[in-house]
Amino acid sequence: MPLETIIAGVMVASLVLYALLGGADYGGGVWDLFAFGRRAREQRALIAEAISPVWEANHVWLILVIVILFTAFPPAFAAIATALHIPITLLLIGIVLRGTAFTFRTYDVQRDDVQRRWSLVFSIASIITPILLGTTLGAIASGTIRVENGFVTSGFFSSWLAPFPLAVGFFALALFAFLAAVYLTVEAEQRVRNEGRRRVTVEAEQPVMSEGKPRVMVEADGGELQEDFRLRALVAAVVVGFLALTVFVLAKTGAPTVRAGISRTWWALGLHSFTAIFATGAFGTLWTRRYRVARVCAAAQVTLILLGWAFAQFPHLVEPNITITSAAAPQITLQLLLAALAAGAILLFPSYYYLFRIFKAE
Amino acid sequence: MDDLLAARSQMAMSLAFHIIFAAIGIAMPLLMIVAEWKWLRTKDDVYLTLAQRWAKGTAILFAVGAVSGTVLSFELGLLWPGFMGYAGSIIGMPFSLEGFAFFTEAIFLGIYLYGWKRVPPRAHLFAGAMVAVSGALSGIFVVIANAWMNAPTGFRLENGQLVDIDPIRAMLNPAAFPQTLHMTLAAYAATGFVVAGIHAFMLRRDANNRFHRAALAIALLVGGVSAILQPLSGDLLAKTVAKTQPVKLAAFEGQFQTEKGAPFRIGGVPDESAGVTRYAIEVPYALSILAYGDPHAEVKGLNDFPADVRPPVAIVHVAFQIMVACGVVMMLVALWAAWRWLRGRRNNSWLDSKWFLRTLIAAAPLGFIAIETGWVVTEVGRQPWIIYGVMRTSEAVTPMPGLVVPFITFTVLYIFLAVVTVWLLLRQVAASPKEPEPHAQETRVAA
Repeated sequence: MPLETIIAGVMVASLVLYALLGGADYGGGVWDLFAFGRRAREQRALIAEAISPVWEANHVWLILVIVILFTAFPPAFAAIATALHIPITLLLIGIVLRGTAFTFRTYDVQRDDVQRRWSLVFSIASIITPILLGTTLGAIASGTIRVENGFVTSGFFSSWLAPFPLAVGFFALALFAFLAAVYLTVEAEQRVRNEGRRRVTVEAEQPVMSEGKPRVMVEADGGELQEDFRLRALVAAVVVGFLALTVFVLAKTGAPTVRAGISRTWWALGLHSFTAIFATGAFGTLWTRRYRVARVCAAAQVTLILLGWAFAQFPHLVEPNITITSAAAPQITLQLLLAALAAGAILLFPSYYYLFRIFKAE
Repeated sequence: MDDLLAARSQMAMSLAFHIIFAAIGIAMPLLMIVAEWKWLRTKDDVYLTLAQRWAKGTAILFAVGAVSGTVLSFELGLLWPGFMGYAGSIIGMPFSLEGFAFFTEAIFLGIYLYGWKRVPPRAHLFAGAMVAVSGALSGIFVVIANAWMNAPTGFRLENGQLVDIDPIRAMLNPAAFPQTLHMTLAAYAATGFVVAGIHAFMLRRDANNRFHRAALAIALLVGGVSAILQPLSGDLLAKTVAKTQPVKLAAFEGQFQTEKGAPFRIGGVPDESAGVTRYAIEVPYALSILAYGDPHAEVKGLNDFPADVRPPVAIVHVAFQIMVACGVVMMLVALWAAWRWLRGRRNNSWLDSKWFLRTLIAAAPLGFIAIETGWVVTEVGRQPWIIYGVMRTSEAVTPMPGLVVPFITFTVLYIFLAVVTVWLLLRQVAASPKEPEPHAQETRVAA
């Protein structure tokens, strides 16, 4: 297999990991916005606890994708960054606001109105950012970015401000929210275990107006939280299914090459079958409250969706002009990069495992 | 504002903002692990409180640094697609390595910040050490990429294209070692001085507080040693610039005429149209000695370079003067601190001086002023090139119109972040313990 193909594979793998790990952190922000009911505060606390120690590490997968892209495929990076300047700039603003608002919330005054303000910034940024990320990827897949002699000729709006890329944006958001809800059912379960099913007393959410009045105390435990997120995961799963269908329909005119890839190739049937099996599996196990299995199914489902897109677009990095081969850096760069990726992985995976064992151990 | 200027302004603003957080991200973990190591050695809780307090501040700053760094990695393409498309394959290598260093940093910072009660003390200290090492490496890799833009090596030019590229030789370019050394020391010196200044300020109000005394000692140790070494690395870097970018060196000094036995100018106002630097105090032969180690060495003046390869002299000269002045003052303060410590460490009286503490407070911002002006020197001094002698900045810029819009947007966003960050840090400082807290508290989210 040519080196450039292997490196493109590593890039896709990093993107999948970003979706599974970093994506779920954005999904957490979505559920922060939709925290309601008498356990709203508890829901937010569980989300914050789940995200805090890991979001910065999870975020680096995206940086790895970018670094691989500009090292191994410089012309593709230049073309994407030029044609999609606007959505990527907006994406960056989202990334900045999500990360900082989340951290500021942790360290600012623990007063309801202050906390709510940061929560709002954090959660809205967590919604906008995945939409823009999906839109960017959708535009890359759509085949509307035209590059001639290194110059982008397709303008700065038309390639992404179209139904297909925007639908992919909402699809990405739904997937991230779905992953987060499924993961949070397991996180809540750990909480049940840690607390030995004791009831914990928390301060109930108060409207801003009642600042200073005696607080209402409510009780919530991990089991109830688990039910909250189970319900959210089930709803998200339905939305994911609906948006998947929408994207597929829009792809007919919006991204014809990729659509052909996922409907008419020899592997398409197998891919769809497995995706369907895992999607059904995730839904079924959520229904029957087997959360750990559900987590595996949901992750597999999202992985297969991304892989399906990657295979359908192969060998194009940017449809329809730029291929993996045409954009590849000289062999020496690819060799060194692959060596660096291998060495980095040896360092990275044990460290990552250690991080997750400390904070996500069961 | 034309698009090239807007792009340059956005890049400069993003870098100027990020570098503060990057420098603190390099140095604070070192301060924290020194404090934690002292705690493990002495079992004195004052050091544990200190490590945890510093960790809180670092958590805020690291988050801002991480996201503003992400912005920069994208901006390379958003603003300079010509540069990245042209040179990505040769300059990407240090960025890839930086990616893994940053990964390690983020992973172990998570463990460090949230793992006080979840991992054994030694493992916790190890996590801190990993953050300190990988943070320094992150900075080093990024500066290596910048050094290549100043002293590009590891390729041949054929019809304007880079051929026969060798990314390893590119990383080992002549500016790489002096620049990374200079920047790493700058990060430790600047951060050490700011932290020392803050704790000196608190000591002025509460003279016998052991917490602030311990903090000040560690911050001055890291910052002071670096400040004393920094002029040496600066000299090494200046000698490299003399060799690799003579026109930049001439701009540092406002040296318009080529002359043997060139003087070192202190102050002065370069007049580019007249081709002279006025009102400077000239130290005879000093520039020839500093740049080439020979009082009679010839220093090539700006007038001997074509006008279209000269950087804006006035900005570079003034920024260089400010940087050097800050560095010299910091070195002197560090020497004074060392002298006081040697004389007063037995009876622990070395911090009992109103004027010493006042000086530390006044010197607190000097390191960061030096870092900012230093980057102006190296970046503006490289103009009009993005890759020295190979590619002009104007050839690299994106064809995207209306770049003033993202420039203003990011400026407003960053001003907002700066205000909030300062406000939150002030809260942390204001909440500093009067006396050490009796028990270590877990630094974690109020859940």
